[in-house]
Amino acid sequence: MLLLIKYTLLYGIVLMLVALGGMFSEHSGIINIALEGIMVIGGLGGVLAVAMLPPSMPPLLIVTISIAVAALCGMVYSLLLAFASIHLKADQTIGGTALNMLATAIAIILAKNFNGSTSSKISYTNKAFLFNIGSLELSVFVPLGIALLIISYIVMYKTRFGLRLRACGEHPQAADSVGINVYKMRYSGVVISGFLGGIGGLAYIIPSVQTWNFEVGVAGTGFLALAVMIFGQWKPVHIFGAAMFFAVFKSLANIADATVLSQLGWSSNIYNMMPFIASMVILAFTSKNSMAPKAEGIPYDKGSR
Amino acid sequence: MSRKPNKTAMALRQKGSSVLAAILCILIGLVVGLAALFIINAEHAWDQGFVRIIQGGFYDFPYGVGRTLTNSAPLIMTGLSVAFAFKTGLFNIGAAGQYTLGAFGALYCALILHLPWYLCLLASALFGAVWGAIPGIFKAYLNINEVITSIMFNWIGLYMVNEIVYARGTGAMYDVKSTRTWKLVDTSPESVIPSAGLSELFHTPSTTIAIFLAIAVAIVIWVVLEKTTFGYELKAVGLNKNAARYAGINEKKNIILSMTIAGALAGFGAGLLYLSGGAEWNPLNTTTLPAMGFNGIATALLAASHPIGTIFSSIFISHITVGGSFLPTRYFPAEIADLISGIIIYLCAFAMLFRGVIARKLHADRDIPDANAEAAPQAGKEAK
Repeated sequence: MLLLIKYTLLYGIVLMLVALGGMFSEHSGIINIALEGIMVIGGLGGVLAVAMLPPSMPPLLIVTISIAVAALCGMVYSLLLAFASIHLKADQTIGGTALNMLATAIAIILAKNFNGSTSSKISYTNKAFLFNIGSLELSVFVPLGIALLIISYIVMYKTRFGLRLRACGEHPQAADSVGINVYKMRYSGVVISGFLGGIGGLAYIIPSVQTWNFEVGVAGTGFLALAVMIFGQWKPVHIFGAAMFFAVFKSLANIADATVLSQLGWSSNIYNMMPFIASMVILAFTSKNSMAPKAEGIPYDKGSR
Repeated sequence: MSRKPNKTAMALRQKGSSVLAAILCILIGLVVGLAALFIINAEHAWDQGFVRIIQGGFYDFPYGVGRTLTNSAPLIMTGLSVAFAFKTGLFNIGAAGQYTLGAFGALYCALILHLPWYLCLLASALFGAVWGAIPGIFKAYLNINEVITSIMFNWIGLYMVNEIVYARGTGAMYDVKSTRTWKLVDTSPESVIPSAGLSELFHTPSTTIAIFLAIAVAIVIWVVLEKTTFGYELKAVGLNKNAARYAGINEKKNIILSMTIAGALAGFGAGLLYLSGGAEWNPLNTTTLPAMGFNGIATALLAASHPIGTIFSSIFISHITVGGSFLPTRYFPAEIADLISGIIIYLCAFAMLFRGVIARKLHADRDIPDANAEAAPQAGKEAK
């Protein structure tokens, strides 16, 4: 049971962080399919930072630096999406798909180059990131994630910035007419999603293992986060709930064989499949009154009517 | 059909600037690849790096060329799948999932039922079609963005196929020793696509007539899209759904049909690869979808969704991928080729912009907007 809670929290926080990132981007009007790629690049940056920093450094410094590097990498990479889809008015889903493919290639090339060999596995120590509450071992990403959730909520609903961001995703022409710089707001939305996605990538990789093979990227977690975002109806608190709901299934997939559940004879594939099926069902039922930002996916053209 | 001469000229210009834009994308991609090679190892970057990628299969003729052809066949099909959906204004990111289901259909009919190869191919197309139809139905009746549905069903398909094939190591199609499905040549030789002497010609075990089948399908798709009423309706829905409905076209039916056919094409592609004996399915790989599906997006975009162009862009992409695999692993990772194709798609995402610039540069005097332009890939414009 403790194991289930641990896995659920660790994985749920990852999904929540990345889904919050997607939320910021979509509220500004940019569909962010590239979350998967952003996670890979952020994770790669963070892991490389951990592997390169001397282990004798104070743990707090290691944690801070690597998270900052991960966030920065995610932000820089998300700028590619922002540039293509805001300034060049490219198709956002295609641009995102390209960035996903590119991210895996970049990650493998850099990892192999870092190792100086044909292996794309990077080893590191994750002790600095873990702490214990009683017998429950958690990572620093759990409190960090909760803090970011609260900050996201406040930014989105209690600040002028959040209101303007949402206006750009709902009706950019109207937002522009009252003096909001739509391009700037959309850039901010995408870069925030890069920030959260990058941290999410590191949070996915670091806590559970000490070696990561970048050939698997982040194994579809970015896509699952998109599902979480939709399931959470583009609202921070709902996203938190949805992330935990999805994470329970993912954790069951990991531990099913070791618990009473093994008597059901379900394999991990079935548990892995469930969140995707659940989100399809939810999508089917909520499609008529979708909470999706109205203008997402449409490049903003000042001249258009 | 009486076409006005200036219309033909306009169409030609359109084609010309599309080809130029594609070449520009490729060149920029190659330059970035070259830069990456120089950063990794400047000493060997040119002769052992870049030249080998450009040489592709010809570095190890005829074996390498045989491999390029083997890989091109499924790539043409997934490219056609994505291109076909683009024509109806749909972005089929689900080619990877449809490909997965197609592989399952082909392997099941071959390894369990021992059917002849053409029936196995039919089954692979059928399985892919079902998986393509689902996002189509969601799109047509519930107006849910096909991109989201396709992504979800990619993963559902992958987990499902792996579960059935593996079945905790007891699956009838699963060879415990190699941790893959049984080799087709040993288990069911009658299900292998005939090679017609091609494998002797290229010294590979898996070069078959698959490549010709793929090219034939590409031509059929071109005819359907350009010369039939059905194709006209599909494109009309892609250009303007509401106008199409007003003109009496059943847009729901066309969306579902378009996705179904796209799915069948992707599934057929998987059949071409797995029934050639080119690869075995690995059900323990639960973390990555088949790359063939996503590379299909690259080839479709590079060809500006033109079925015949897809043949050439697919051969090009598989040419540089095979070239990447011939890189000396001591110096360079093979993924440089993936980097190049990734950059090419990224550029293709705003290739419309290039195309516009090129067209303006070429024909500065005649600036007539063309209402018959190809259906631009406009996925994601509809509300989820």
